[in-house]
Amino acid sequence: MDKFKSFFLEQPIWAFLIAITVFFSLFAPNFFDIQNFENILIQASTLGIIALGMTLVMINGNIDLSVGAILAFCAVVMVDAQSWPIFAQLGDWAILGAFFMAILAGMALGGLNGFLVWKTGVNAFIVTLGAMIGIRGLVFVYTQEQSLFAMNFLFSDIGMSSVPLGPLAVPTIAILFLVLVALVHLLLTRTVHGRNTFAVGGNPEAAVNAGIRVGPHMFVNYLILGGLTGLAGVTLSSQMGAATPNLGRDYELWVITGVVLGGTKLAGGYGSILRSFAGILSIAILRNGMNMMQVQAFYVYVILGGILIAVLILDKQLSSRKVRLSEQV
Amino acid sequence: MPSSDDSSGELTSGTRRAAAQPPRASGPPEAGPDPVHQQSQEALHEAEEAVVAGGIGARFRALLGLDSPDFSWTKVLAKQGILLAFVIAMVGFSLASDRFLSFDNFSSVLRQSSIIGIMALGVTIVVISGNLDLSVGSMLSFATILVVDLHDKIGPAPAMAVALVAALACGAINGTLVGVLRLNSLIVTLGMLSAIQGFTLIYSGGQNADITNQSDTWFAFFGRGEIAGVAVPILLFLGLAIILEWVLHGTTFGRRVFAIGSKASAAEYSGINRVKTVFFSYLISAFCVWCAAVVMGSRVMGSQNTVGKGYELLVLAAIIVGGASLLGGSGKISKTVIGVLLLGFIQNGLLLLGFSYWTQWLVTWVVIIVAVWLDVGARRGRLLSPYA
Repeated sequence: MDKFKSFFLEQPIWAFLIAITVFFSLFAPNFFDIQNFENILIQASTLGIIALGMTLVMINGNIDLSVGAILAFCAVVMVDAQSWPIFAQLGDWAILGAFFMAILAGMALGGLNGFLVWKTGVNAFIVTLGAMIGIRGLVFVYTQEQSLFAMNFLFSDIGMSSVPLGPLAVPTIAILFLVLVALVHLLLTRTVHGRNTFAVGGNPEAAVNAGIRVGPHMFVNYLILGGLTGLAGVTLSSQMGAATPNLGRDYELWVITGVVLGGTKLAGGYGSILRSFAGILSIAILRNGMNMMQVQAFYVYVILGGILIAVLILDKQLSSRKVRLSEQV
Repeated sequence: MPSSDDSSGELTSGTRRAAAQPPRASGPPEAGPDPVHQQSQEALHEAEEAVVAGGIGARFRALLGLDSPDFSWTKVLAKQGILLAFVIAMVGFSLASDRFLSFDNFSSVLRQSSIIGIMALGVTIVVISGNLDLSVGSMLSFATILVVDLHDKIGPAPAMAVALVAALACGAINGTLVGVLRLNSLIVTLGMLSAIQGFTLIYSGGQNADITNQSDTWFAFFGRGEIAGVAVPILLFLGLAIILEWVLHGTTFGRRVFAIGSKASAAEYSGINRVKTVFFSYLISAFCVWCAAVVMGSRVMGSQNTVGKGYELLVLAAIIVGGASLLGGSGKISKTVIGVLLLGFIQNGLLLLGFSYWTQWLVTWVVIIVAVWLDVGARRGRLLSPYA
């Protein structure tokens, strides 16, 4: 029982997740429904896929504000590249070619951020703030302020498709999201790179003294985040069959909110993929459930802001209580 | 003590160097005070006295640090790089476009930059105290909607008063959460960004607000009026800049802001009330946002409910280009003004040269990173980071 209690005290996000699920199941009509849960997973997937990479970067002690802009750029490349002349011979396989171009674009931009953080030693907040402004400009220059539509309907069919698993038809994007959660979780907990990520975030100087190459680990994490953001751009644009230059505005704020709800420390060295997943899921459930209860969308902003600050206060209280307890012992 | 030279910046970098001393002392055997450091401090004092005694020439020499014993052009470039970049940009645009160098163009750029500029002044103080304020964009939306919506209902002056109270309340919440509860300012103001945006939308019901009778209300003075041929927003921007420059460099409060930003624990041990100082820094930021909202509402005579969206980042960009460190303890109002103007003139110049509107954001990206890189590199003494 004590173990149970300390689990929820240390990871309050799970208690929160269960609480809002129970609440909406009781009070929101049509919420407790397998179809709706599939919807929630799809709604969470775009922010969630980015949040996986963001968790790595934040455990590393860095941050990335440019993910919204990178997502827009990759979505635009994904839709536009399908009609590039070099893929003209490929027929439907042009989608695969465009897919690789989009992921490559994401990794290039994420890698550029990582490289600048590594080589210049400029605060990651500033580097990615610049990138956020600049890449958004790039998107508008590239698209000439126009929305792009995919001519091949197969592209949006893929986004809408589902995989039969027993009696259920689970959306492909939801499966992709869950598989990625598992993969990145394994990367963080079971590999040398994952362990070093924690070490670098916890104390960069100590990591250097322990012989860890701090820079490349930061670079790789930004590369992963860029690739995942590209993937999120692909899934988002395939759901709509289109890409707009304003896509992904504010996504960086939502993603960081979700990751922080999951308990990841901004200072670095602490965090987990599963809890980030729970944080993003909480946001998606809140939005979905309040929508079901016909609450105006405006209130979600207030509630999310309030929760974010409440989590911070709770975290402060818990950690100061832990300090007091350890002082008593 | 001269109020307008770099003494405060030197002071903080001096303490920072001193703070970095103990770990380094474990390397070489002699652990006494660094003779070179002492020497340069003395030279600095002499230079300061020379500035007080001498005229413009001496001021110029002090600005560039020509009399300092460890003088090098790289340092000058890093320290006054923003000024240099500003001059280069102005000369470049003047040569490239014949319409750039005119009174009308300059005053229109200044007027356009003034809203971001006014907000940047307040946020600069928050940044110097070692915190961030990301909620200013939402706060601008909130205050502008309030002032515009209430203008027709209860009259201009009460509307402005209500908006002021609302803005200060938001600032007070920020100040309480960051100052009293000591929460991380980035996340607190991120949460406030979301919450205030929500309140704005709830208040306006998603509708945009308008002032119906635009021609005969004295409220138009703040955004559209002129005094002696100079637009009121510009005067407000520059006036506030002068006042806040004095607040930072001429008052105890200003010194406390620098002290807390340099090393909060040391400042508290020396008896500075951290809670009060941080709280007031957020109030000042909120006050500046209110001024910007009045200018915005008066100029547009209407408001969208997301009018300030994204402004927080443009404001931060201007401050960063101006050379304030996000870690706190350094920064100048005058340099923030130059940062705002540099970005404003780049936007204007690129448009005059026929580039598309969005090109300026690409240039801003490069300017931000190069500016901060040079600054960080000069403090470090080498351009590349020490990371392997």
